[in-house]
Parts: sequence; structure tokens; C-alpha cells
Amino acid sequence: MSPTFLEVAMYVLIFSSLLCLDRIGRGPTAPDRAIAIDTLGTIMIGFCCIMALWPTPTDSPSASPFMDYYMTVAIAWAIISFIGSLALAKYLEGRCYDA
Amino acid sequence: MLETIALWLFGIGLAFDVLGCIGLVRLPDVYNRAQASTKCVTLGTTMILVATGLFGVGGNWPLFIKSILCAVFLLMTAPVGAHAICRSAYVSGVKLADVSVEDAFTQRARTIRAEHRQRADEIEKNLREVEKSEEAEA
Repeated sequence: MSPTFLEVAMYVLIFSSLLCLDRIGRGPTAPDRAIAIDTLGTIMIGFCCIMALWPTPTDSPSASPFMDYYMTVAIAWAIISFIGSLALAKYLEGRCYDA
Repeated sequence: MLETIALWLFGIGLAFDVLGCIGLVRLPDVYNRAQASTKCVTLGTTMILVATGLFGVGGNWPLFIKSILCAVFLLMTAPVGAHAICRSAYVSGVKLADVSVEDAFTQRARTIRAEHRQRADEIEKNLREVEKSEEAEA
């Protein structure tokens, strides 16, 4: 995996997350923002994948040259993002009493 | 060979991510946006995860196992979350775009709202009974 490819992938994902942020800021209704937040969380998992493949110089030969622990971050992020969307959905469903 | 497949998967996954986000910005209402972003971005990120796992085959098995685990979890949960948000959006009264042709959920949403109202009424009644009994004790 060449660092150039990883940099290009990083820029592509940054562009996608900027589009998501646009929807979060501009979305006319609350569920729009909830969906955009969910999508942003999924894109963050892609960021974690890129960081896990990013080569890092190490002093000891036994250590891994990659930052593997970012995959753990990705799993945790997936779980928390799922629970967050379910909580947001439950909260939004109760809003039909507001009107 | 394996590295070539992984690179292609990574590239296609990135393309899916970007297209899904463009759909998130450009489509007219919540339901269209949810379908674009959920399907495309979930599939794209799953491809990126599988590609990351393929880079770990051979020397780095923990990376492989973790990314496949994360991919399976994402494939199971992301559609569920988006479905829940869309359902709550419909029940709470977000309208469809003007260009929509069919709406098959109207009746079911009415039933769900009626159930909610009934539950709220029951809670109200119980509270009143508690208040009355407290007054009677006093």
C-alpha cells in the first residue's frame, strides 16, 4: 500500500465528510441531521481503516509497522454509532406530541 | 494478486462513499437521502474494511479478524439504524417530497400514532388516580 494512495483516499473521505457536514448544518428537519450524523459515523470507520494501514517507522523489529489499534477504534465507533442512531430515532418518534 | 484485489476494493469503496454523500446532499427529502446514504455508504465502507482485512492476510491476522468482524457488524447494524430513523421521521410527521408517487405507510403510521396516544392517555389516567388517592389521604 503506497502512502500516495492512502493520502488520496484520505482526501476523498474528507470531501465526503464535508458533504455530510453540509447536510448536518443545512438539513431542514431533525431526521435529516440524524441520518447525516449516522453517515458521518460510517465514514469515520473508513478513516480508521486508512489510519490502520498507514505505515509508521518503529525502532524495534518485533513491533508491527502499522497502527493496528485503529481497527479496535473502528469497532467501538460502529457500536456507539449504532446505539446513538437508535436513541435518536426513539427520541424523534416521541416528537409527534409536540404539535 | 491479493494486494491488487485489495487496492481495487478500496478504490471502489471510496467511490461508493463519495457517491452516497453526494446523494445525501442532492436528493429532495429525508427518505431519499436515507436510502442513498445508507445503501451506498454502508456498502462502500464494508468494501474498505474487507480491503483492509486482505492487507492483513498472511502476516497480520489480528488486523484481518478485526476488520472482518467490523464489516459484519456494520452490515448488520447500519441499515437497522437508518430504518429506525426513517420510521420515526414518518411517524413524527415529516412530509414526502412533492415528486413522490406512492405512499404505502400512511395507515400503519396512523395506527402507531393511535397506540402512542392511547398509552399516553393511560399514563395520564394513572397519574390522576394517584393524585386523587393522595388528596383523599390528606
